[in-house]
Amino acid sequence: MGVRSETIETVKSLDKYEAGFVTDIESDFAPKGLSEDIIRFISKKKNEPEWMLDARLKAYRHWLTMPEPQWAKVSFPPIDYQDAFYFAAPKSAAAPKSLDELDPKLLETYKKLGIPLREQEMLNGIAVDAVFDSVSVVTTFREKLHSAGVIFCSISEAVQKYPEMIQKYMGSVVPYTDNKHACLNAAVFTDGTFVYIPEGVRCPMELSTYFRINEAKTGQFERTLIVAEKKSYVSYLEGCTAPKRDENQMHAAVVELIAMDDAEIKYSTVQNWYPGDENGKGGIYNFVTKRGICKGARSKISWTQVETGSAITWKYPSCVLLGDDSVGEFYSVALTNNYQQADTGTKMIHVGKNTRSRIISKGISAGKSNNTYRGLVRIAAKAENARNYTQCDSLLIGDQCGAHTVPYIENRNPHATLEHEATTSKISDAQLFYCRQRGIPQEEALTLIVNGFCREVLQHLPMEFAVEAQKLVAISLEGSVG
Amino acid sequence: MLKIENLHVTANARPVLKGLSLSIGAGEVHAIMGPNGSGKSTLSYVLAGRDGYEVTEGSVTFMGQNLLDMVPEDRAALGFFLAFQYPVEIPGVSSTTFLKTALNALRKKRGEKELEPVNFLKLQKEKMALLGMDAEMMKRGVNVGFSGGEKKRNEVLQMAMLEPKMCVMDETDSGLDIDALKVVSDGVNAMRGKDRSFLVITHYQRLLDHIKPDFVHVLANGKIQKSGGPELALILEEKGYAEFYGAGEAA
Repeated sequence: MGVRSETIETVKSLDKYEAGFVTDIESDFAPKGLSEDIIRFISKKKNEPEWMLDARLKAYRHWLTMPEPQWAKVSFPPIDYQDAFYFAAPKSAAAPKSLDELDPKLLETYKKLGIPLREQEMLNGIAVDAVFDSVSVVTTFREKLHSAGVIFCSISEAVQKYPEMIQKYMGSVVPYTDNKHACLNAAVFTDGTFVYIPEGVRCPMELSTYFRINEAKTGQFERTLIVAEKKSYVSYLEGCTAPKRDENQMHAAVVELIAMDDAEIKYSTVQNWYPGDENGKGGIYNFVTKRGICKGARSKISWTQVETGSAITWKYPSCVLLGDDSVGEFYSVALTNNYQQADTGTKMIHVGKNTRSRIISKGISAGKSNNTYRGLVRIAAKAENARNYTQCDSLLIGDQCGAHTVPYIENRNPHATLEHEATTSKISDAQLFYCRQRGIPQEEALTLIVNGFCREVLQHLPMEFAVEAQKLVAISLEGSVG
Repeated sequence: MLKIENLHVTANARPVLKGLSLSIGAGEVHAIMGPNGSGKSTLSYVLAGRDGYEVTEGSVTFMGQNLLDMVPEDRAALGFFLAFQYPVEIPGVSSTTFLKTALNALRKKRGEKELEPVNFLKLQKEKMALLGMDAEMMKRGVNVGFSGGEKKRNEVLQMAMLEPKMCVMDETDSGLDIDALKVVSDGVNAMRGKDRSFLVITHYQRLLDHIKPDFVHVLANGKIQKSGGPELALILEEKGYAEFYGAGEAA
């Protein structure tokens, strides 16, 4: 493209990753490395009951025997698990925490990221659990939620306060034996969010967790568990950022969702971990296991994700459709630029009768990046009249990136209906020129076209997130033409 | 307003325009007619700044500035508009969003404030009524699923909204039935004024029955071969372009 050199310079000089700053705060660390002692250290720090420590150690011992998953289309040097910290917490966050007691540096950090934690400053009443490195530093709107019967707290607190529920549900959707990354999480998870919506309750506000990695060489292993009882509804959002660093940092999360009869869980993610620089140096390894189970009849789980960050994304938010007439949905935008690698998709496991699933995936590759959609649709023998609709669209920007689509379909029921559509297209010079002739500058034109391509997915995000996601798409694309 | 001097252009290493000169004053309507492959569309793309065309000689001055030195969006900001022969589709971007983005980008470049959404929609509604366009159309993706006629109306709508000074219309009449041709022409005629000029590129005389040009030029073999008043179009309609082909160049 004939872009003038000053345009390119202007774009280059922009600080593309605005969340890339470090908060200068004193932290408590576990000693570097991974061992049973470290796990005991973490458990002790969190003052956990014996059963929790036992579960962690059991997972750790199993982890030692597990191979790394090799099937994804991503490549990176072997991970040295001993060269990382598995626990880091701001010292000031040690004592729990009303907003007034919270370290002003933390408040400032979240404010800079656009997440005001003071309730009176917040828009439209979104409750936030703020997780900073290994600990939850504050959870907002607790009283209001409590009066509706909703539990919204950090997972550490839930282990203390609601041990029966944690014992019953944690690991019930993603067992520690599931895969190596999930197993590591089961051994060393530090914090995350627990949500419980009682029967018949429609959660009065959007719930959200904001994950922030701050310290260097620190892995973040958060764990989220959401249980929606019969006829309840909850919409949950998560956002993530990290400072710019030259080395890679690991983020291995586990999210479990459980929906009972007629319950609905809507789970939205805007993932903006540091993607590494334009030469592929640094960035987060985002190895995440997310799975929901539609346990009850007519229950519904809907995943929406916008993945723009991370050096490597390895993530397959899935639905097990156990209850009859249950519904699973997956709406995804994955955008990669420079040397980013994304291997992401979903699994829809149809077990119950008349179960339905819908997969809409939009992959955008720019620079020298690789973007893979990998999805499984499995129809069990008893899943009479199951239906799936899958649509995978890939958009290529430039001629040095890759887009790959790997759909797996396993059908054991003769009455199932499966549809799969896939397209791959390139942003055409004709489209860009058309926009520019009308006065829209090149970068803005590209953003406009890409946001149009993603619209079907972005419209499933809650309003505030949709606007944020559009901006993120714009920022992530900067410098990708020229 | 627009002055083209001795313009030589190659596309894919093949010379297409070979010394074209044309001068368009403020408020004038010029028509360029010519056979297929004579360089009509190349001229419109070169003026708009599309990649893939190399200017080997000559100059183009627009509003006193060197047009060829500018990126397409700057040409647009200066008041240059091209109504495309084949408008492209942009899926997922509604026509309203597109038009609003374009209008505000132009205003920003000119140092003007963005238009309030309410005022924008009012303006759009007004212009659409003029072109007999359905409001539902603007919610659809830009040109997605539009018929040939709808696409051309949309081009003229954009032209009416963006209020350019120099409008180049590349075969806007192709794909239009007789009723649509009248509506589109009325839309264009409503925009005529002393500060706005038009360059109408067409194969056929019938468009010029509706949009009366001040000057008609015959483009063949990469050059203006003949210029005259509206009567020239009638002669061409009758006799064809045969006399303008150079020896050995007849198609």
